[in-house]
Amino acid sequence: MQGMEMDATLHTEAQERQAGAKVIHPWPLRLMHWLNAVAIITLIGSGWQIYNASPFLPFIFPHWATIGEWLGAAIAWHLAAIWLLMLNGLAYLVWGFASGHFKHKLWPLSPRAVLHDAWAAIRFKLPHEVGVYNAVQRLLYIGVIALGIVAVLTGLAVWKPVQLWPLSDLFGGFFISRVIHFIAMTGIVLFIAVHVLLVALVPRVLPPMIIGGRFPESGKHQ
Amino acid sequence: MTRFNAQRRRLFGRALAFGAVTLLPACNYDDPDHPDLADDFLRLMSGWNNEVQEALFDPNTLAPTFKPSQITRPARFNAFYDISQAPQVDPSTWRLELAGLIGDKQAWSLGQLRALPQESQITRFICVEGWRVIGQWSGVPLRQFLRAVSADTRARYVSFKCADGYYTSIDMESALHPQTILALDFLGAPLTAPFGAPVRLRIPTKLGFKNPKSIVAMEVTNQWTGGYWERQGYNWFSGS
Repeated sequence: MQGMEMDATLHTEAQERQAGAKVIHPWPLRLMHWLNAVAIITLIGSGWQIYNASPFLPFIFPHWATIGEWLGAAIAWHLAAIWLLMLNGLAYLVWGFASGHFKHKLWPLSPRAVLHDAWAAIRFKLPHEVGVYNAVQRLLYIGVIALGIVAVLTGLAVWKPVQLWPLSDLFGGFFISRVIHFIAMTGIVLFIAVHVLLVALVPRVLPPMIIGGRFPESGKHQ
Repeated sequence: MTRFNAQRRRLFGRALAFGAVTLLPACNYDDPDHPDLADDFLRLMSGWNNEVQEALFDPNTLAPTFKPSQITRPARFNAFYDISQAPQVDPSTWRLELAGLIGDKQAWSLGQLRALPQESQITRFICVEGWRVIGQWSGVPLRQFLRAVSADTRARYVSFKCADGYYTSIDMESALHPQTILALDFLGAPLTAPFGAPVRLRIPTKLGFKNPKSIVAMEVTNQWTGGYWERQGYNWFSGS
């Protein structure tokens, strides 16, 4: 009887460890986060250089902020990094659904909760709860995932307007695909700016994304 | 594709050593004769992208065609030199030299090419830089020309040499695509020097730099010969 109880206790603890219940950011998430950071920075920097070769707005990006010294190198970086982004992104989506990460961390989400949390944040009255995303964060995370998907799809439409013509047509043809690709990039850059700014304001959120981190009181947040 | 596999095996170890450090802005394909580690990594990925594009290529998918009213005017010149440097080729003495896996290697004159059935297309020309123009080209479908000279269409590549020293090569599947033509006319008149007189390749299923101008020699081969821009770092297949 006693033995069975002990077994049951051990079993629960093992399950918790396995599910990463006490870890703020489980290792797959940390790994994918940093791989994504490498891919997305390479894609944005090389993408800016590609844009500079034939700008459609009255400005170009400063050369120091681009990756690849000339167009040929920039395209090569862009089309190399896209594989990392796509494979890593696919792994993230599969893991996010399968592990319950999306369900528990990004859901539920309502316009009312977003307005409430946004209003609180503006008055600096929105507390940071370890491992819990507020409604504004949830909206931004879901939004940036959607922008990433749009960026990949419009990128494919620009890359292969003939072979992938249905995709090209879906986005309104070669040029409009290019414009939407640019808009998606802009949204992602704005997200990164806010994301990095918030980390600078609340630096204690950074270590858990590197080493995992533990919830302060075990069990409270489960 | 064996060419890429061999390359891949040779570079795999080095690419692994390269590891996660993909952010090396100093690596820029700046000297094709002395590739650094990053250049090797980028070439490896470019080879992989060639394979993906070959798999994606559907010989029955046609590039979109446009109405005469949509033609871009004035036409846009582009080359690796100024428009004043465009090669002047005498059409009366010009010959298309043939080499490689071709049954009848006799050189062709412009008159002989004009005597073959011609086809016209209004298609979009997309430059690797990102801009695009719509133009009208007409000439001899390359697949008909390849048949006329008894070329071995089981060979892997068709490569071109130009009067200005430019060179490039394409895969046989793309060469046999119905919209791939040896263009003689542009916008209803014989090609002018800046636009590739007397004969250029028009291949709307690939980017602009895969449309060599002022062609003087054509070879059918299993040997990969690359190209002028490809050597410097542009992706070889560069399909559209």
